[in-house]
Amino acid sequence: MPDLKADLKRWQETALKRTLDRSPERKQAFTTDSGIPVKALYTPLDNPESDYQQQIGFPGEFPYTRGVYPSMYRGQLWTMRQYAGFGAAEETNRRFRYLLERGSTGLSIAFDLPTQLGLDSDDPLAEGSVGRVGVAVDTLADMETIFQGIPLDRVSTSMTINATAPILLAMYIAVGEQQGVAQTQLTGTTQNDILKEFIARGTYIFPPEPSLKLALDIVEYCLGNVPRWNTMNIAGYHIREAGADAVQELAFTLADAITYIERARERGLAVDEFAPRLSYSLGCFRDIFEEVAKYRAARRLFARIMKERFGAKDPRSYLFRTFSGSCGSTLVSQQPLNNIVRVAMHALMGVLGGHQAIHTACWDEGYAIPSESAAQIALRTQQILAHESGLANTTDPLAGSYYVESLTNEIEKRARAYLERIDAMGGMLEAIESGFISREIQESSIRYQKSVDSGEKIIVGLNKFQEQETDQGAAAMDLFQADPAVEGRQKAALSAVRAKRSQEEVASALSELAAVISRNENVMPVVIRAVKAYATVGEITGVMRSAWGEYRSPAYI
Amino acid sequence: MNDVGNRKIRVLLAKVGLDGHDRGIKTVARYLADAGMEVIFTGIRSTPEQIVDAAVEEDVDVVGLSFLGGDHMTLAPRVIDGLRRRGLQALIVLGGIIPQRDIPALEQTGAARVFLPGTPPDRIVQFIRGSLEQN
Repeated sequence: MPDLKADLKRWQETALKRTLDRSPERKQAFTTDSGIPVKALYTPLDNPESDYQQQIGFPGEFPYTRGVYPSMYRGQLWTMRQYAGFGAAEETNRRFRYLLERGSTGLSIAFDLPTQLGLDSDDPLAEGSVGRVGVAVDTLADMETIFQGIPLDRVSTSMTINATAPILLAMYIAVGEQQGVAQTQLTGTTQNDILKEFIARGTYIFPPEPSLKLALDIVEYCLGNVPRWNTMNIAGYHIREAGADAVQELAFTLADAITYIERARERGLAVDEFAPRLSYSLGCFRDIFEEVAKYRAARRLFARIMKERFGAKDPRSYLFRTFSGSCGSTLVSQQPLNNIVRVAMHALMGVLGGHQAIHTACWDEGYAIPSESAAQIALRTQQILAHESGLANTTDPLAGSYYVESLTNEIEKRARAYLERIDAMGGMLEAIESGFISREIQESSIRYQKSVDSGEKIIVGLNKFQEQETDQGAAAMDLFQADPAVEGRQKAALSAVRAKRSQEEVASALSELAAVISRNENVMPVVIRAVKAYATVGEITGVMRSAWGEYRSPAYI
Repeated sequence: MNDVGNRKIRVLLAKVGLDGHDRGIKTVARYLADAGMEVIFTGIRSTPEQIVDAAVEEDVDVVGLSFLGGDHMTLAPRVIDGLRRRGLQALIVLGGIIPQRDIPALEQTGAARVFLPGTPPDRIVQFIRGSLEQN
């Protein structure tokens, strides 16, 4: 046998050339969805097997390319974590029970924008937004209702909350206590990733420095008190949704993580104490191989950073544990039932990528808050993949694919190059404040849109294979309709709570909070005291606003 | 034609309300600017009052508002009424995640057009040019 390199050359110059001379390839150049060049064929030459132990290794061992745990889905399937929350607390409670009864294994709460921004439901700025994109929470009473009949020692709850995360976590702790569940037993996650709010999602309140302080207060408090809590879910998902490509998504997520870890160390926390409680989130976009390679590269690059840069010793600090979810921006409003297929592909990428928890989007979410039937299909999609497809029978089944391994290496290399640029600027906070990150994302976003305009990127039903439709899809849909009465009911409930509580205790807790802030101490204990006194989200945030002021981020267009 | 009379078309774009999803409106901003219009983006979380003040002060020809948080029925009319009360006859265009059923009411209030997800941005450029040339 000739050696492989010579043999490949022979094939390219004979068999392949003859075919291409007769009929050329469909396109001039093939790339991944993020623009990484893709060759016609990958062979062992692209990934020498001698690198196996160094680059790929075994699941649950450094560098974790193949997965964070040794047995992965053969031991335990991923958590099917569906995102829900809307209207008032009673409705969210009903949706949660609906999901739990149907086999959902983790809860994920969406809060409305006033709650995320520290505004009470009766704040004039909240008008029109109460209970719209998530559930409205003003006081502990709302949180009590959300979890009525749901024992907190038997579910894990993920909360998409950032600027006001300390308040919502405090409420969760208080509800647990009422149910007789100690905070040491609570499991779940606070997103608590404020940096990506500045660059992508927009629900920041305070300037970057005090925002980081609050985020780290949760990390520090949970260390001794809520040891099983995932204190942060450092998210690339939103960065991707804002227009970043796969490499930027990964690089910026890791740059955010590096910043938090550095800040925690500056507080005197040891990396091996807090790093095991950090979790991560990446999106599921369109290109299956690119996404799987991104997840594999993420695990490996992160483990290397933790070891090389931070000197972490505890293997748990190396684990890039992830929650991944359908990128809503890949869904299409035209011929909306096709989204069921797209979401199935998201779940496929997630499972092949070895995530710990997966969210699948609902096909109708481009129109409104998902209907119950669409929510059921989204969950069933994951169950079909888990139980009918054979996907979960072995670990990291795409490992060893010449293409996927090569793409994994390429994504790691490109993400590392970004991290070096960010370091050279003085770190992620500087890169954000200088507008570098926003501009990079904006340029990718525009490039993407232009390739859709030109038809180079095909979106079925949108720029190709269109139907003449007078929105027949939407008309046929059993669309969820937000109840316009929610806002009024929520306001009434809030004034009832305000009237009933001890005003002295609220005032005393709030003035202690102001004192704690001025002494630059951890706010968690006093925030817990304040929520137990039924102080509102707006009142607690108000104390912080007077201390730190509000931030307005410049916009780059 | 990029000009009204002999000046560039001036457009104010804003995210009104609390929602921070600004990818769509920033994309529109870029396309309008590339088409030769002067674009002012007031950023996320603008209040109706801030938008009206900015639009009057900048004397814009077009006001574009983007929604995703479900608060369009409350906030869009507030901006439009404010503009009319201040005597600014700007063309109003809306975009974002807005249910079909809300569109007639929004048009009644004074929105010239509501652009839904998937709209090619060039179509928005053409609509603005076409509408301003007619007047």
